Amino acid sequence: MTVPLPKLKWMYEQMVKIRYYEETMVAVYAEGKQPVFNIGAGTVPGEMHLAAGQEPAAVGICAHLQKKDTVTAPHRPHHHAIAKGVDLKRMTAEIFGKKTGLGKGKGGHMHLFDPHVKFSCGGIIAAGIPHAAGAALAAKMKGKDSVAVAFVGEGAANAGAFHETLNLAALWKLPLIVVIEDNAYGISVPKSESTAVKTNDRRAAAYGIPGVYVEDNDPVEMYRVSEEAVDRARRGEGPSIIEIETYRYLGHFQGDPEIYRNPEEVPLLRKKDPIHRLITLLEEQSVSSGELEQMEIRARQEVDEAYEFARNSSYPDPAEALEDVFHRAEVNV
Amino acid sequence: METTAERMLTGNKAMAEAIAQEMERDPNVFVMGEDVGKYGGIFGSTEGLLKKFGPSRVLDTPISETAFIGAAIGAAAEGMRPIAELMFVDFFGVCMDQIYNHMAKIHYMSGGSVKIPMVLMTAVGGGYNDAAQHSQTLYATFAHLPGMKVVAPSTPYDLKGMMISAIRDDNPVVFMFHKSLQGLGWMDPIDAAIGPVPEAPYTVPLGKAKVVRPGKDVTIVALQMMTHYALEAADRLAEQGIEAEVIDLRSLVPLDRETILQSVRKTHRLVVVDEDYRSYGVTAEVAALAAEEAMYDLEAPIRRLAIPDVPIPYSRPLEQRIIPGPQSIFDTVVKLMEE
Repeated sequence: MTVPLPKLKWMYEQMVKIRYYEETMVAVYAEGKQPVFNIGAGTVPGEMHLAAGQEPAAVGICAHLQKKDTVTAPHRPHHHAIAKGVDLKRMTAEIFGKKTGLGKGKGGHMHLFDPHVKFSCGGIIAAGIPHAAGAALAAKMKGKDSVAVAFVGEGAANAGAFHETLNLAALWKLPLIVVIEDNAYGISVPKSESTAVKTNDRRAAAYGIPGVYVEDNDPVEMYRVSEEAVDRARRGEGPSIIEIETYRYLGHFQGDPEIYRNPEEVPLLRKKDPIHRLITLLEEQSVSSGELEQMEIRARQEVDEAYEFARNSSYPDPAEALEDVFHRAEVNV
Repeated sequence: METTAERMLTGNKAMAEAIAQEMERDPNVFVMGEDVGKYGGIFGSTEGLLKKFGPSRVLDTPISETAFIGAAIGAAAEGMRPIAELMFVDFFGVCMDQIYNHMAKIHYMSGGSVKIPMVLMTAVGGGYNDAAQHSQTLYATFAHLPGMKVVAPSTPYDLKGMMISAIRDDNPVVFMFHKSLQGLGWMDPIDAAIGPVPEAPYTVPLGKAKVVRPGKDVTIVALQMMTHYALEAADRLAEQGIEAEVIDLRSLVPLDRETILQSVRKTHRLVVVDEDYRSYGVTAEVAALAAEEAMYDLEAPIRRLAIPDVPIPYSRPLEQRIIPGPQSIFDTVVKLMEE
């Protein structure tokens, strides 16, 4: 399987952008939290779940999605948002709690909504799966060929919403793909201590749908299996499960002491970095180092501009806390 | 003498007609829930809809409330206008995350950029010996949590008009219908479950209470079955020379504060009656409103009647002991008038 060169370049640029976004956030999040860590202090307060290392899951499938397709994501959502094309400036402003943010400062990093590209995320494990199924149902009812992708962590496969929704989606042949990012831990608990099956693609058998497992955080394999699942969904043949073995380079959240894993684990994972693998593939296809550098510069520039936009934006007026509980136009006549 | 023959409908037929008319008007409206298809809803709320609109718009679901209520949310975010039925409100425990963390909060968390125009309809209420897990109203549980409108109509006329308003509303609406007011053949037949309902579509606004009996001596604030019990009590009070004003709340969110306060300022006495638990509930909210805004208009302490913080018991004499009724309302008002 070879990924078409334009798609490969797109995946590379997105992965570089995501990685740089998350690394920048590590530094920005630490601002104002030194010397003593205080979760509510600094430029970006609250919990912060970063996805450095988990880029292949997001880009491998988003490479097959269009604007009309829906994506729901969990509490660790930046890589999905970027790969789906969420407005990076307004997303960053939201994470900074600014008025110019996607949710005007009411959502924060775990609650990003960009209806222009049909992206949403939320902080409750597995809860986005039924929302994606609903989007898939709406597409089916309207006779459209759009699909919905629900990203979840491997811990979500043990939640009721996962099983209820997959049964429903299989029964109704909804154009839904559930992507499980197996980053090996639910906060601190390893998958082997939480999950009765080794891999969650096996659970697809319970619903009579296809399930595949992508090993070793492989972006190319993720691209390949996603193509099958998305095409199948677009053809009206129903849902699929894709689980990908992926790597979480950082803690569950920033400030996580990571006492539950061996300090040597992450350096070993980083040696197999998926971005390096894509560089090798691009070089094999005669993409010059100059072009790679240009792509990286472009990606970084976009991220820098987003952070700049967020920093320069104003906080909302405190009175705005009372707005947006209900939609103003109360009756749609 | 000229008479106008008014069309009489039961509560369930009024609801089903409202849904059918909105489904005809707007192709984005659809219904899903357990037994809403062939069965027409356990409490008749979707009677006749499957035959009229077919299984693509009237969807029987698996017993998976999280999945189908969550799917309704996802579909609403895409511009559909789903009506999801939670068979008994008592079942909210298996799916409340979708209701209060998502349905109710997405509009706010998105800064208003995502609308969730859906109706979550659900059967409430006791009085027919269905015991602790099938008899609650849980009005206050839902009304407490911000981001969803909560309505509880008391007559077939309001069931139809408020259902149409709920479907057209761009916000999530929890539409609570009382089982005893559906007019079902297999329940105690009561007069209040049947009433005049015009055939042509009409709306009754959400968030507006109704003075269902004017009076000058005491205000009784109630909703659903308690409204009908309050009216019964008011008839008997009138025989004693006490003119009670009865307010049917109809909506809990938004709460029509002005109608309550106007009445209290007129009668100077307030009794609040509720078929939900007493503590931290509807009676406390209405009493607090009167105390904050109309304290000096009151000539006597506020009285509250509600379920005395026990699960709903099964046995007939036990259940009758804990749900307020015409007699306990009558007694409470008579006693209050002496203060």
